[in-house]
Formats: sequence, C-alpha cells, structure tokens
Amino acid sequence: MTDLSATAPNSAPQRGGASLIAPDARTQARNAAERRFRRLGLSAVLLGLVALVVLLASVLGNGVSAFRQTYVILPVTLEGSVLDKTGNRNPEEMKKVTTLGYGRLMQDALVAALAEKGIDTGDLKPKEIMALLSKEAPADLRDAVLADPSLIGQSVAFPAFATSRVDGYFKGRVTMESAARDANISPAQLQLADAMRAAGLIETRLNTGFLTRPDASELRPEAAGLGVAILGSAYMMLVVLVLSLPIGVAASIYLEELAPKNRWTDLIEINIANLAAVPSIVFGILALALFINIAGLPQSAPIVGGLVLTLMTLPTIIIATRASLKAVPPSIRDAALGVGASRMQTIFHHVLPLAMPGILTGTILGLARALGESAPLLLIGMVAFVRDFPAAPPAGFFDPASALPVQVYSWTQRADPAFAERASGAIIVLLVFLLSMNALAILLRRRFERRW
Amino acid sequence: MSAGLLLLLLAGLGALGFLAGRARALSLVRGDARGLHSLPGYYGQTVALFAVVPAFLLLLGWLLLQPVLVERSITAMILPADIASGSSRELVMADVRRIAEGMERLVTTGAITEGELAALVPQPDLLKDRLSAAGVALAAPIQPHIAEAATAWRAEMALGQALMAVAVLAVAVAGFLGALWRVAPGFRARNVVERFIRWMLIAASSIAILTTIGIIFSLVFESWHFFQLYPARDFFLSLTWSPKFGGGSDLGIWPLLWGTLYVSFIALLVAVPVGLMAAIYLSEYATPALRAVAKPAIEVLAGIPSIVYGLFALMTVGPFLRDWFARPMGLGDSSSSVMTAGVVMGIMLIPYVSSLSDDIINAVPQSLRDGSYGLGATQSETIRQVVFPAALPGIVGAILMAASRAIGETMIVVLGAGAAARLDLNPFEAMTTVTVKIVSQLTGDTEFASPETLVAFALGLTLFVFTLGLNILALGIVRKYREQYE
Repeated sequence: MTDLSATAPNSAPQRGGASLIAPDARTQARNAAERRFRRLGLSAVLLGLVALVVLLASVLGNGVSAFRQTYVILPVTLEGSVLDKTGNRNPEEMKKVTTLGYGRLMQDALVAALAEKGIDTGDLKPKEIMALLSKEAPADLRDAVLADPSLIGQSVAFPAFATSRVDGYFKGRVTMESAARDANISPAQLQLADAMRAAGLIETRLNTGFLTRPDASELRPEAAGLGVAILGSAYMMLVVLVLSLPIGVAASIYLEELAPKNRWTDLIEINIANLAAVPSIVFGILALALFINIAGLPQSAPIVGGLVLTLMTLPTIIIATRASLKAVPPSIRDAALGVGASRMQTIFHHVLPLAMPGILTGTILGLARALGESAPLLLIGMVAFVRDFPAAPPAGFFDPASALPVQVYSWTQRADPAFAERASGAIIVLLVFLLSMNALAILLRRRFERRW
Repeated sequence: MSAGLLLLLLAGLGALGFLAGRARALSLVRGDARGLHSLPGYYGQTVALFAVVPAFLLLLGWLLLQPVLVERSITAMILPADIASGSSRELVMADVRRIAEGMERLVTTGAITEGELAALVPQPDLLKDRLSAAGVALAAPIQPHIAEAATAWRAEMALGQALMAVAVLAVAVAGFLGALWRVAPGFRARNVVERFIRWMLIAASSIAILTTIGIIFSLVFESWHFFQLYPARDFFLSLTWSPKFGGGSDLGIWPLLWGTLYVSFIALLVAVPVGLMAAIYLSEYATPALRAVAKPAIEVLAGIPSIVYGLFALMTVGPFLRDWFARPMGLGDSSSSVMTAGVVMGIMLIPYVSSLSDDIINAVPQSLRDGSYGLGATQSETIRQVVFPAALPGIVGAILMAASRAIGETMIVVLGAGAAARLDLNPFEAMTTVTVKIVSQLTGDTEFASPETLVAFALGLTLFVFTLGLNILALGIVRKYREQYE
C-alpha cells in the first residue's frame, strides 16, 4: 500500500482545507451519531437489567414478610375436667369437645394472662380481646391436644396465630387510621396488642406453617399455607417426569437416529415445532375436553394436571434431547457399527449414555417450565378451594389438590390485603424451586458435559 | 380388580416372562449360548415385551373407552319425562353420575350393604338422606327412574371392570405363552425385539401428531356445538360482549379481539425497540465481560413464570401507572389497564426478541461488515445500513413469534388487564382479551350445555388459528432467511 499512498496525496479531495487532526463538522456529526447509537444500545441493555431487578425486588419486598408471623404466646392450662371429662384420654371421646370449648378455654386464659401481667384492657369485652387471636387458633390447639393427649392437665405456652389485622399492624400494613374505619379491628384492640407485645405476650417469629399448612378460608389469611399446593405441584412433576422423559427420549431417538426422510417424519417435525408455540391455555382447553369430559377423570386432580403439562413439556424435551444426540460424534456410531453392533445396540449401548447429561439437563429445564405454568391448570379446576391433603400416591394422583402458581392466582383473587402478602411469599417459594432446578441443570452440564 | 392392581400384575408377568424366556432358550441349547441366534437376554425380552405391551395398550384403551360407552347406554335409558323443564339431558346425566358415585362411596365405606342399597332404590327419599349423609348433596328429590339409572350405571361399570380384568389378563397370558412357545435356538430374537422397539419409538414420536389432532378435534367439535346454539354471524360481527347466564347473551368477539390486539401492540412497542437494541449492543459493541453477565441476566426474564409477571402487574405496575400517569392526566382510575398488561408483557417479551435477534445478527456474514468498514462507514452506520437490512427478514420472524406469544399469553392479562369488554382507545382503561374470557367462561361451572360456556371453545379456536398462522409465517420467514447465507 505504500506506493499507493505515495501517489495519492495530491489527488485526495480537499474539504475546505480542514486538517487531518481536527475533525470537520460532518465527521463530528457522524461520530456523535455513533455515540448516540451506542448509548441507546447500552440503555436498552440496562433497561432490561433494571426491569429484572425491579421485578425481583418488588416480589421479594412484598413477600418476605409472609415467612414471619405474629403469634400470641398464650399461657393456657389444659384442664382435664373440660377437655376430657371421662379422664381416660381416649381420643375418640376427646373429639367430642369442639373448637368452641377450646375457644372458651383460650378466652379465659387470655383474660387471666392480661390480668396477671397487669395490662389495662380498658373497656374491651373479653370477646373483643379474644378477637386478637385468629379464628383458627382454637382448632390448632384442639389438633395439638388430640395429637398429644398427655398435654392435658399441663400448663403450656401455646403460640396461637394473631389475627391478620394485628399481624398487619406490626408489619406496617394496618395503621390506627385504617383500623378506625375497619369493622374487624378497632384502635383500642391495636393499643392492647401494643401493650401485649411490650409484656412479651405477642411475638413475631418465623412461620413454618406457611410451607406446611393447607389453604385457609377467606377470613383467616394468617393461617393459610402452601402445604397442599406444594404437594400437588410435586405430584404433577412426578407424573410429568415419569411420562415425558421416556416418551420424549423415545421420540427423539426415532427422529434423530432412525427416521427415514419421508412425509410422515416431516409431519411429525412440523407438529413438534408448532406444539412448542401453541399458547398454554389451548392445552388447558384440550385437557378439559379430552381428559375431563370424555375420559371422565376427576377435576382438580394432579393426574390431569400432570398429563396436560406432559403434553406441553414434550416438545421442549424432544428439542433438547435431539440437540444432545446430535452432539455425539458420528465416529462413536461408526465404531460400534464397525465391531458388529446392531443399530439399536449402537443407540442404546453407546449413543444414549453419552447423550444422557444433556438429556437430563433439558428435562430439568422442561420440568422447571412446567412447574411455573398456571393457565392450563385454571381450566381443569385447580383453583378450587382444597383443604385436605391428597393421599399418598398412586391414589393421591386422583385426589383434588392445588398447585403453587394456581395458589398464587387464587390468593390474588381474595379481598383481604393479607393474601397479597402471602401471594408474593408463594412466588418466592416458587422462584426458589425454579432457581434450584436451574442450578441443578447448570451443575449437571458443568460436571458431565463432554467436549468432543 | 382395579387398574393399579392390574398394572402390578402386568409388571410381575413381564419380569417372570424375561426370566422364563431366557431360561427356556438356554435350556434348549443345554446352557451353551453359542447355539442361539441371539444373546439369551433377547429371548427373555421378547417374552416380556409380548406379555406386557399389548395388554397394557388394551388396558389404556379400555380405561378411556369404558366411561364413554357406559354413558351412552345410560343416556339412552333416560326418558324425556325424566328431564324436568329448564333442565337438560346433560344435567340429568350429571345427577345420575353423582348418585352412582354416592352409592359406591356408601358401599365401600361399609355404611350400607349391597342388599340394603338394592332395597333403598325404590324409596328415593330415604336414598337421598343416606346419600347426603355420605356427603353427596342433591338439589332436587330423586326420581325413582333416575335411581334405577344410577343402579344400572354402577352395574355396567362393575361389569366393565370385571371384563377388563379378564380381557387384559387373557391378552397378557396369551402373549406370554405365544412368545415363550416361539423361543427356539434358531429364533431371531434380537431382530424381533429391535423391530418391536422400533415400533414403540415410532408410536412415541407420533404423540405430537395425536396431541395436535386432539387439540383441533376438541376445539372444532365444541365450537361446532357452540355455533349450533349461537349464530356464527353474531359471534363474528357483533360489537358487544355481555354474557348472561340466564340466556339472551351477546357474544360478539370484537371487543375481546380488540383488547388482545391492543395489549399485544403495546407489548411489542416496549419489547421490540428494547430487545432489538439490546441484541445489537450485546452482539456488536459489548465487551466479552459485559456480554457474559448481561446476556444470561436478560434471558432469566424468559425463565420467570408468567404468574410472577401477573403479580408484578397487579401489585406494582398497575398502581404505579394509575397514580403517576392515569390520574394526573385524567385518563382513568383503574389500576388494571391495557397499559399495565402491555408494559409488563413487553418486559416478558424482551428476551424473546433479543435472543432471537442476537442469533440472527450473528448469522450475518462478517464479510458484509468488513466491506462496509472498508468504505469508511462508522460502526453504527454499518449496523443500520448493512447488518440490519441483511438481518431484517429474520428479525421480522422473531417479532412475529413474539407477537404470537403476546396474543396467547394468559396470566398477565388475567391479573393486569381487567375483565370489562369494551372497544376503547384509552390505554389506561381496563379492557379484556380472548384468553381472559376463556378462563372466566370455563372456570367454576363446567356443564357444557350453554352457549356461555361453549363460547370459550370458539374463542380458543380463534386463538389457535391466530397463533398458528403467525408461527407458520414466522418459521417460514426465518427458514428462508437462514438458507440465504448458508
């Protein structure tokens, strides 16, 4: 190029005698456009990241408090003369004492405890004092006693749920002003709650019940938990895993290793590509029409949810499995065929084991997607209010259950703002599950992935 | 015999078959495997496969078909006189089913014996009391004829179960013995097993086709039902949507379609510029370190379930837009709005647009860029005038795919867009979409007799056709574009 530059200088176009060092106006404008474009790109990237951060922060900020709950630590003497009149600790006879009986016991204990601590209750009636406790509390105490009859006769410090308004007061959701307008709580009751907290009768502590208890009715948000939903989701994932892994792997083996190039194969390929893009709600319609109306399977059952999620997950698993089968080098197949293995032996003894880490990674990612899916589950009746835990599998697959994402949805549909907090808390649980599944997939890939 | 027990039996028979086939093959050649055509295990596999697989398929088919057939025969039993005015045959059948299930529960819990139950059938009032004690609450008093139908339903179901057990076991044993009989030293067991497995693989890959057929069948069938009850003209041309469960509803699709398209449009307005610019920046400008962090982080957005976005719209974005934009500008007072759902859905779609565009931009050959730089263009000029036009068809495909996702998205609009069906231009007003109405028409009451529930299938069909069309178009464009540079 040197001879070119040697002959060029005089023929180069001169632009208004500008120097080579100071850029002229046009170059400046072009450079400015360059910088603007670049900044625009960077801000788009940042916008995406900010959206992610805001999304996660909003969910975490709203939901973390769901894991802590306000309890009234109630010193209560479980009188044998009230709870077990015959005195022989027979659970069948003890069941005759209803929650009403336990409620009276707790009310007396609460009033006595306040008097002992010297807390002035003003002109609140005992019933209004009792209203600080969750309506679920007597039932909880009853369950505890029935589970362990030896408690009778003892004095125990029973941690009873405080009502959601008191809980909300200590979490900052309920204020004195809002309480004045609220039919469920009065400022006087909240002042009493403050005094009880100062005296150590009210505590805010970790609520494991959020993960283990079943859903609770509209009026008792403090007692609502994710137990049934987590179990239902686990059952569905079991169904999805058991069905979609073998079917998906079988389909991919055929399409990738054996299928001749013909119309039928093309049709299958087009179908898989399209199924991956069908809106999830359409799968819900399919499940409703096919599994529930025609096959007569029960509504809200994990088996139906599992089946529809299997159909949705299959394309994902097939695509991932085919990719990892394709990644196994042909030399492996050639070597196996060369020493006399049949096509099937080659596939099942050599190719499939080598592709297994990739297949498992794809399956876990497919399961993670299925776990978060809610729209099709709404249509098969999983929004129903379910309080009973499903039985152990396989019978439990046919019992009504809920699912994590659907539980979130049904909590958002309830009026009490305490449920909004719980919905966000449930999202955190869901995200933790998803995160650990993804981490497992990444770990598998790192640990076993082979570079050929 | 229950299906679960049958499955266990089949599994046991399979294991037994494997051992028996293997042992028989070996005993035929006196333990010298060299005399066999295939490895001994293949003889075992033949017997196991022939014992289990046909019987298992029969079991599945029977379980699917039996309820349909029993239902049909009982429906024929119900006389027109049994159907009260205002009721329908489907509702009566639902009652029959519930009574029969209640009877079953009474007998299995031991509250009543078969003999007592038979005596109860002619006394419907007593039967009703016993049933409600077992937790089966019925609204109307039981007609004697209905109670008989329920008894017949139970009897046919029990007969079917017994027949199924006999048939399945017969097929399994026949397969077992037949395969065992065929075992001989010259029998090509490996070829048989491999052909068998090949057919199973083909069957597994055909499930995708079956699913599509199932979707189309259920949508078209129920939509056809709907159009028999409600004129198609009104559905496609009416501009009002006001379902009334008492009858006389207006079920025009336009308000829903308008809401769907409006929300999707706003979502694309957010997602396309941001996603595209992010893809360009990450593939052309970003340092490897930034790319290694930012690309996975943006893709995390795609892995977050839509219910999370829905909650985000409901609790954060909706109130924010209402308090900072809608109210100050006097445009509305609703926290669920087209804008809320659109913006949140846009965020969800950013990674779809960006990762697809990223692939496509990377596929543009470096030689085009080098040529442009050689002519003295700056990097942004190269991108805007060379790379972008070259990648345009692929990017259009990516945008169409994102659009199809936006149209089919459910949870965000259910929680963020509202439920009022209206034709309006104000983006801060609550509107509704096709998917929202599918959910609201099908949750809760699912007696498939009224046009108000069946309309959901017609909506689903519309949705399916829309998204399928967009996807085929997008796939076609992307595929054509890929070939261009290969």
